[in-house]
Amino acid sequence: MTILVIAEHDNKALAPATLNTVAAAAKIGGDIHVLVAGQGAGAVAEAAAKIAGVSKVLNADNAAYAHQLPENVAPLAVELGKGYSHILAAATSNGKNILPRVAAALDVDQISEIISVVSADTFTRPIYAGNAIATVQSTAAIKVITVRATGFDPVAAEGGSAAIEAVGAAHDAGISSFVNEELAKSDRPELTAAKIVVSGGRGMQNGDNFKHLYALADKLGAAVGASRAAVDAGFVPNDMQVGQTGKIVAPQLYIAVGISGAIQHLAGMKDSKVIVAINKDEEAPIFQVADYGLVADLFEAVPELEKLV
Amino acid sequence: MKVLVAVKRVVDYNVKVRVKADNSGVDLANVKMSMNPFCEIAVEEAVRLKEKGVATEIVVVSIGPTTAQEQLRTALALGADRAILVESAEDLTSLAVAKLLKAVVDKEQPQLVILGKQAIDSDNNQTGQMLAALSGYGQGTFASKVEVSGDKVAVTREIDGGAQTVSLKLPAIVTTDLRLNEPRYASLPNIMKAKKKPLEVLTPDALGVSTASTNKTVKVEAPAARSAGIKVKSVAELVEKLKNEAKVI
Repeated sequence: MTILVIAEHDNKALAPATLNTVAAAAKIGGDIHVLVAGQGAGAVAEAAAKIAGVSKVLNADNAAYAHQLPENVAPLAVELGKGYSHILAAATSNGKNILPRVAAALDVDQISEIISVVSADTFTRPIYAGNAIATVQSTAAIKVITVRATGFDPVAAEGGSAAIEAVGAAHDAGISSFVNEELAKSDRPELTAAKIVVSGGRGMQNGDNFKHLYALADKLGAAVGASRAAVDAGFVPNDMQVGQTGKIVAPQLYIAVGISGAIQHLAGMKDSKVIVAINKDEEAPIFQVADYGLVADLFEAVPELEKLV
Repeated sequence: MKVLVAVKRVVDYNVKVRVKADNSGVDLANVKMSMNPFCEIAVEEAVRLKEKGVATEIVVVSIGPTTAQEQLRTALALGADRAILVESAEDLTSLAVAKLLKAVVDKEQPQLVILGKQAIDSDNNQTGQMLAALSGYGQGTFASKVEVSGDKVAVTREIDGGAQTVSLKLPAIVTTDLRLNEPRYASLPNIMKAKKKPLEVLTPDALGVSTASTNKTVKVEAPAARSAGIKVKSVAELVEKLKNEAKVI
């Protein structure tokens, strides 16, 4: 068995989710190859070659792959993937965008967002916003799978010494093109990889009040998230949304501030090790999953918390 | 241009589902069913394109049981012109649905196909991408803005770090994210009018599509329950517990 992992990167650096995906591949067992499709992504290929457990890195360097448009990357993954038993990608917006296109081209069903490996052909994944866990078996010759990063502890980023092989194949479908990108700038840790996450909801009342959470987060070295209500109200940008349709996080500590705890939000954070809820409504459903609940006005509690930690 | 919109009948998003005692699935008997929220956004976008004069006809399609006609009627009441139901009592995988949609796309020849980014029951997030692969069209997934100009569509997509805009050649596939629009409600007169709009019923056999699958659900279980937490009385007590009991800060 040989497993192909599609690397998540921005042409400059390898994203941490790749390490979790390689960890899932290691649980399946077999040789692990990593595909880096990009443009001028030599540093990414070198980083991928150092990942513990990776035996080969395929570096496809072409202008067509610069922005990882699925119309161009999927045919590459299909062409290379034919010799593999499994094709894996992280369940990031890129992975989710590209992999189903690969699966359909190979005429196999995909398994989305696995959280554990039962055996080489059987996996578990959450359904119904995490309210049920399905065990799914695949009989496909090539198993196409996206991996939920929070389900697997990352493998070591150093220690491997895989060979890097250049892949010449250029696929340019010519049906799509990149126009532009607006990325939110942040000095705080990345939401999905942070050890501590502080999230605000509708109770924050406005975007300005998020400064209280930023101050607390900076003191804790935490990332800041938000509920859908806070994003829809325009308090913060949508890439901060935690939930079924936003980011899935599982930090050591999740502090939910002014968040009621709808099913869709819980789906994104209920695997956190310790959950703290601060809400003035003691009936809020968030208290049903919180390890420590504090019924208080967040505008008093959060600044006090910031002082004490 | 003609716009095709795919809608799915799913358990209502407010329902807290329960796993069946025999672990064969979740209990959907006597549970409120609705149109998948992302599909509502897809219908709304198509209707807005028609109101702007970009779209000339909206065809809405659903694949599922006879009862999915209810969701098609809802879409018709919201502004779709006609509906197609591909009737199948089986639980279909995303690939099977994509193949059936491909057959409908071949038949209808739409310029734009809009789907939701994921269904809130299976949480797969696959069908739109798979349909794009099968039809050889470009895909604009997780769309927060869609602008058609000439033979191209510019799609702004929600990605992990922010937003990205891509330009796709028409025909193309778009899947909707939450912030694409705010779906409208159907008015009573429109609900009455929708009852007279055409609704065609097809079968996978009639479309010549095999719905065989390479995936099998072995069992469905309830997630591990979290142990009950405690309420603290003050911020000081909270900090003390986090430092000494949970040891997370």
